[in-house]
Parts: sequence; C-alpha cells; structure tokens
Amino acid sequence: MLALQGDVAEHEAALRRVGAEPLRVRLAADLDGLDGLILPGGESTTIGLLARLHGLLEPLRAYVAQGRPVWGTCAGLIFLARDAGHDQALIGAMDIHVDRNAFGPQVFSSERDLDVEGLEGGPLRAVFIRAPAIRTVGPHVKVLATLPDGKIVAARQDAMLVTSFHPEIGGDDRMHAAWVASCGRSRVRAVA
Amino acid sequence: MVHEQGTATVKTGMARMLKGGVIMDVTTADQAKIAEQAGAVAVMALERVPADIRAEGGVARMSPVEKIEEIQAAVTIPVMAKARIGHFVEAQMLEALGVDYIDESEVLTPADEEHHIDKRGFTVPFVCGCRNLGEALRRIAEGAAMIRTKGEAGTGDIVEAVRHARSVLGEIRRLTVLGDEELVATAKVHGAPVELVRAVAREGALPVVNFAAGGIATPADAALMMQLGVDGVFVGSGIFKSATPEAAARAIVLATARYDDPASVVEASRGMGEPMRGQSASAMPESERLAGRGW
Repeated sequence: MLALQGDVAEHEAALRRVGAEPLRVRLAADLDGLDGLILPGGESTTIGLLARLHGLLEPLRAYVAQGRPVWGTCAGLIFLARDAGHDQALIGAMDIHVDRNAFGPQVFSSERDLDVEGLEGGPLRAVFIRAPAIRTVGPHVKVLATLPDGKIVAARQDAMLVTSFHPEIGGDDRMHAAWVASCGRSRVRAVA
Repeated sequence: MVHEQGTATVKTGMARMLKGGVIMDVTTADQAKIAEQAGAVAVMALERVPADIRAEGGVARMSPVEKIEEIQAAVTIPVMAKARIGHFVEAQMLEALGVDYIDESEVLTPADEEHHIDKRGFTVPFVCGCRNLGEALRRIAEGAAMIRTKGEAGTGDIVEAVRHARSVLGEIRRLTVLGDEELVATAKVHGAPVELVRAVAREGALPVVNFAAGGIATPADAALMMQLGVDGVFVGSGIFKSATPEAAARAIVLATARYDDPASVVEASRGMGEPMRGQSASAMPESERLAGRGW
C-alpha cells in the first residue's frame, strides 16, 4: 500500500480478509520485494505532492515501468494516469485521459451495482466518492467497466489496473481477491 | 440496477479519503489556492478565521454565498463550509451550493442552544465537534459522518484539543473492556444511544473518521495529535495568522504525513517561520470559550 495519505487502512483490512499480507510503502526502499502495489483513495494533489517531496515519484515510475502489478483506486487512478487535465505530480504511466471530479461535488457521490468485466459472481457494489472518470483510453488499454452514460470507470493496461470507485469500502472483497490472485500472491503494499 | 446517493457509506467514505491529511480554514479564493498548493486535502470556507472572530466579536455566520462560490471555482480539492449550530437553513443553503462537507461548528455563533441540526435527512455529509465520547456519539446519532475535537479555536493553544482527544480515545479504550451490563450503564453516563456504545465497544473505534481541531499552530502540534491517535487535522487560524502562511501550510502538511518520524517533523519545521502568537486557553474566562457551545 502506498501510505502517504488516504484510505490505506481500509485497503489493508480488505487485503487481510482475502489472505494477503499488506505492507506500507513510504520510502523508495519499501518497494523492494513486493508482489503488488495499491495506490489508495485520497486526495490526488496531496498524494502527488507528498510523493514528489519524499523522493518517491521516480521510484514509483521505475516500479511501474518494470511491469510489476499496480492497482489505483480513485485518487490512485488519477495518480497513474498520463493526463489528469490539471497541473499536479503524476506517475503518468497509464495511457488514459482522466476527468477529475467527473460526477461533480460530494452530493452526487453514490453507490451503485456495476458489472466489471472478468469479475465472477454478478455485479459489484461500487462506491463512487467525488470520483474521477476516464474520458479517453489509448490503444493498449482495455476498458473493464462503463456506466450507462458512457463514463469509463475501470480499465487495465498490462499490469496496471484502475478503478474510479472504492472496492475497499463497498463490503465486497471480490476485486481484492481477484487482484491478489493475479499478483501471484501475498506481499502487497499500500502506498498511502 | 441500484444507484443511491447520500448513503452512510458514501458520507463516511468521503471522510475516509481525507485521512492523514490537513484541512485548512480559508476565507478567500486566494487563501484556498495557497492551501491547495501546500497539499491540503480540503479547505474549510468561513467568514472569518477563529482568531479574528475572537478579536472582533459580533455574530459569526456562514460565509457569504459569493465567497463560497469563489473558493469552489478556485480549487479542485473538496470545499467544506461552516454552518451555525442548529441553523438548518444555512446547512440547506450550503447543500444547494454544492459544498462537499458541512461543519456544524461551535466557532460560529450558535443559532439554537438546545438542538443540533438533524443531519440524517441531508445528502451532503456533516462533521461536528466534540469534547468527549458522549458528545461524539450524540452527533453521530444525529447523522454526523465525521467527528473532530473542538479544542479551543483561534487560540493557537493545543491544550484543549489534547484534552478532548485524550478524553474521546481514552473512553473508547475503556468501553472495550466493559461487560454487557456495564455498557448499558455507561451509555447512560455518556448520554449516548446504547447501540452506538455497543458498536464502539465491539470495534474499539468510532464508526466514523475522527480528526483533531482547535488550537493547532505548529507542525509539532499536528504530529502530537496524530500520535495521540486522530486520523488527520484541521488547522484554522494557525495558517493564515502565521507570519508566512505558505511555509506554515506546507510544514504542517509534511509533519502530519510523517508524524511518527521525529527527523521528518524537524525537517518539516525548518523554514516554517513564526507561528501565530496565540493566547493561553487556560487563562481565558469561561464566557470567551467556544468549546462550551453545543452539548
């Protein structure tokens, strides 16, 4: 777990429930030996600033460039994107163009049932909180979930997974279980 | 397909995304931009910062509509705003304006000395202040989706925030060792619903995020509150009443993020400039204290 700011503990609890061992990434050295990395929800401008000031931005870019598994939720999606339409520090590795706050202010935040491609067992209860959406994707990005109005809210590119919603607080751990399985197992850190 | 807005998960979840962060009081769009650039996770719009409310007196109300709209237009981070205790029409207006969180705040002049706003019916979430666990649970029962200590706003003196955080967190720890009959009796003492008392005893934590507020003026103050066990901090007068607001804001953000590493707090404090001068909360007459507002 990238642990600079945000809902790190919620991801950690979900990871433990599916049998993974969460570790916290706050320094570059913490990235060594991980099976996968989660970029949690939070405030993307704050996470980007802290990553830059703590010298984590380049190590995170190097981690992602090696093709190692990474999953960004909400702010983590923005942090991974090539373009967030705003001047802020980004990892910038995923070929997506993001609209921040695509749903408007908090009163339009919502939870809804969502079909996610490849996720077995029916729709997921997806919690959107001042969520971003993906406006356009590059040729190597696979769209995994779309809302009825066309907003793209989950996608994958190689070992990068992004969701604009929060499976860590929706009470349904299937995405965490599937992601941990796809990492080939257990040492998973949260950059918070 | 189910699609619901304003659910408890959505309201409390919004506060979960703010954890480990600093929420800064701002009165203008320019201050909001400074806060955002310094790494604030959200800004709190209000008419005057608490130190000025103390100095100038008069009735402190919700921020003017135009000011809130200016601040919303200036930043991409969440915008919170304060409403007076019990003033549900100010809250309705803030919801209509599309603010992201409402602080039903003792810093403003109360509109109702007996009743807090019934927050359950709103789609926008609320944060409320507390001095102890009973007060926190009463606010949660009314629908608050986030809690903060009251501290003593506008003083730059951390002593009351420490007292309130220790009280809330200590009372939570005590609940975890009580038996079932004792929990019912304790609920009576706290003046809190027994179901909430049972839930806190079971989880060893509040069901909502818990921040510190009221008197945080330095990076060390922020790190102190984080080490005591809160999830994040509100800074009011401490930023824009300091000699160099940009530096103070950045310093407090860094110290909050790395609160458990003294070397990082030292590094964060370097170049922060002179903090607000402040006034001792202990020397203050009861009539000037804000924390006694609300119940």
